[in-house]
Amino acid sequence: MSLQYILDGLFPAGHDVSVHGQLVAGCAQTALGTVAVLGTTDAAAIGHDIALGLAGRVLDVVDQHPGRPIVFLVDTKGQALSRAEELLCLNGSLAHLARCVDLARRQGHTSLALVTGEAVSGGFLSFGLMADKTYALADAQVRVMDLKAMARVTKIPHERLVELAAESPTFAPGAENYLRMGAIEAIWDAPSAALLEAALAGQQAAGPAVDGRMVRGVERGGRHLAAATAAAVVSA
Amino acid sequence: MNAPVANKLVLRRSYFEASARARVAAVLDAGSFREFLPPEASEPSPHLAVLDIPGAFDDGVIVGSATLGGRPVLVIAQEGQFMGGAVGEIHGAKIVGLLRRAVQEKPAAVIFMADSGGVRLHEANAGLIAISEVMRAVLDTRAAGVPVIALVGGSCGAFGGMGIVSRLCSAIVMSEEGRLALSGPEVIETVAGVEEFDSKDRALVWRVTGGKHRYLTGDCAELVEDDAASFRDGAIALLAGWQEPVPASSTLRAEQTRLTERRQRFAGLRDGLEVWQALGVAEPRQIPLMDRDSLVALKKGLPA
Amino acid sequence: MEKLEFRFPAQPATPAAGAALCGVVGSGNLEILIRPGDEADACVVSVKTSARGFGRIWEAVIAEFAARHAAGGTRIAINDMGATPAVVSLRLGQALGEYTGGVQ
Repeated sequence: MSLQYILDGLFPAGHDVSVHGQLVAGCAQTALGTVAVLGTTDAAAIGHDIALGLAGRVLDVVDQHPGRPIVFLVDTKGQALSRAEELLCLNGSLAHLARCVDLARRQGHTSLALVTGEAVSGGFLSFGLMADKTYALADAQVRVMDLKAMARVTKIPHERLVELAAESPTFAPGAENYLRMGAIEAIWDAPSAALLEAALAGQQAAGPAVDGRMVRGVERGGRHLAAATAAAVVSA
Repeated sequence: MNAPVANKLVLRRSYFEASARARVAAVLDAGSFREFLPPEASEPSPHLAVLDIPGAFDDGVIVGSATLGGRPVLVIAQEGQFMGGAVGEIHGAKIVGLLRRAVQEKPAAVIFMADSGGVRLHEANAGLIAISEVMRAVLDTRAAGVPVIALVGGSCGAFGGMGIVSRLCSAIVMSEEGRLALSGPEVIETVAGVEEFDSKDRALVWRVTGGKHRYLTGDCAELVEDDAASFRDGAIALLAGWQEPVPASSTLRAEQTRLTERRQRFAGLRDGLEVWQALGVAEPRQIPLMDRDSLVALKKGLPA
Repeated sequence: MEKLEFRFPAQPATPAAGAALCGVVGSGNLEILIRPGDEADACVVSVKTSARGFGRIWEAVIAEFAARHAAGGTRIAINDMGATPAVVSLRLGQALGEYTGGVQ
């Protein structure tokens, strides 16, 4: 699915979005007014440049367009894997990006992330999972690691992992599993302006976003332990 | 072995080698720790049981309240010896619960003894989501005015999502032995080849991810000896005049500028030695040999 | 993983703490949790171990522990990642020492 197709589907009223390498940035028109559009494309590996590029643009939105909603488009195969990136503390740049998204929330910007392609580990953590709510397109691939690699690392037979994955959403790749566990709000069949606008309007009506993912995981039957455990620590 | 040597061994308690429980006992005020969800009131993770793996009662993380230098703190301590300190559903939820409690209770600080390779692959989705929840909870805690101080000096360092979480904290206290990064050297070597990163070259790994390097580049606030008492003193010193900043665009703009300029300044460098030279260190090869106090003095003398 | 259950007669222990934990579930190591049990003159042990097929050795190590210590009235839970018999014996002694406040 091309970026153009996704943008046309989400923003039929018009968009002005450009691609810098694999960084996507611009704005678009919706029934709720202008929204900022930020993210990555072509399964970008997130290194310092993309992380800082996105972070700077989030700060621009906060400083120049108070209250403007932000739509994050997520397509990342994870963090960039290189010694030079780690030498300059890549985790620090990803943390910085996460703080910028968090600041936007605190300053009253509604945010929504849509996984359009891949969403893997560190790249996903730094902005996709930092938005108020995260959505995914039907063919999105959300994972930490594929089951074959997981079998190698954990030394658990691949067949056994496949068998268990049918019963539990806890470890196997797939947007559906993240939906059941409460981290993905909904899966959209196609990029749709109606769905996007309804989601943004719903979030704006709900007021300041709190992290409700654990509760959602219980409601959807995909994550039973987290909410009760956290609550037990709060009240211990 | 003669007596003076034995005494010296007794005086110094390696933080790197200690268990999480030993760290909690040694870093916080003696006898002040009260554990939430202690082992006798907990069950090991059922996610590990279905994979035929014996779990741990505390799921590899200890949370509770204590005092540090007489001030009330909430405490998180990850156990690196259990599954690499990796974050699963219960492990992560205990941390999130502790941080949410901090928002309500407003202790003087949260002390976060990180020792973790990141997501526990056996519970990969639960672990990734949990780390995301921890990230939001750390920032909520800070926004409530409660500083979160990360201590990084355990055998697993702080990698993956826990590397991100550590950098979201108010400040990091680190030992030379501590390591802080995103991808582990083994992962980079597996994917990009041994020429890119030789994970068996321990000296190189420390020059890229270790405490001295992170201290020189300003990614950790305090460098301390590998000693529980030094971590304790470092955390107390940091908290002494700490004023947790209100989240603001100006603060993040300043960080944006620092990180962007650093990225340009050190573009293409691949070894700590090169970075230290560029920072103005006259003899970068001496850095790995220096003791903590000399290194702190050297950093003070570097050009701004 | 293998689950093993044992019950041995033992002299009653005098607890100083409500529960005691020793060790870490790491490679070649184990954790031992001692809590009050239902029978004053028996030590009831449940083991979860990553290493299969060592039931006889566990039985011998724990039988010796129960014979040599006043460990009655306890319920002992063990999570093991391949500790040697020597390490198991050492940790059992440590855990009981903590449970009884140093009096074994």
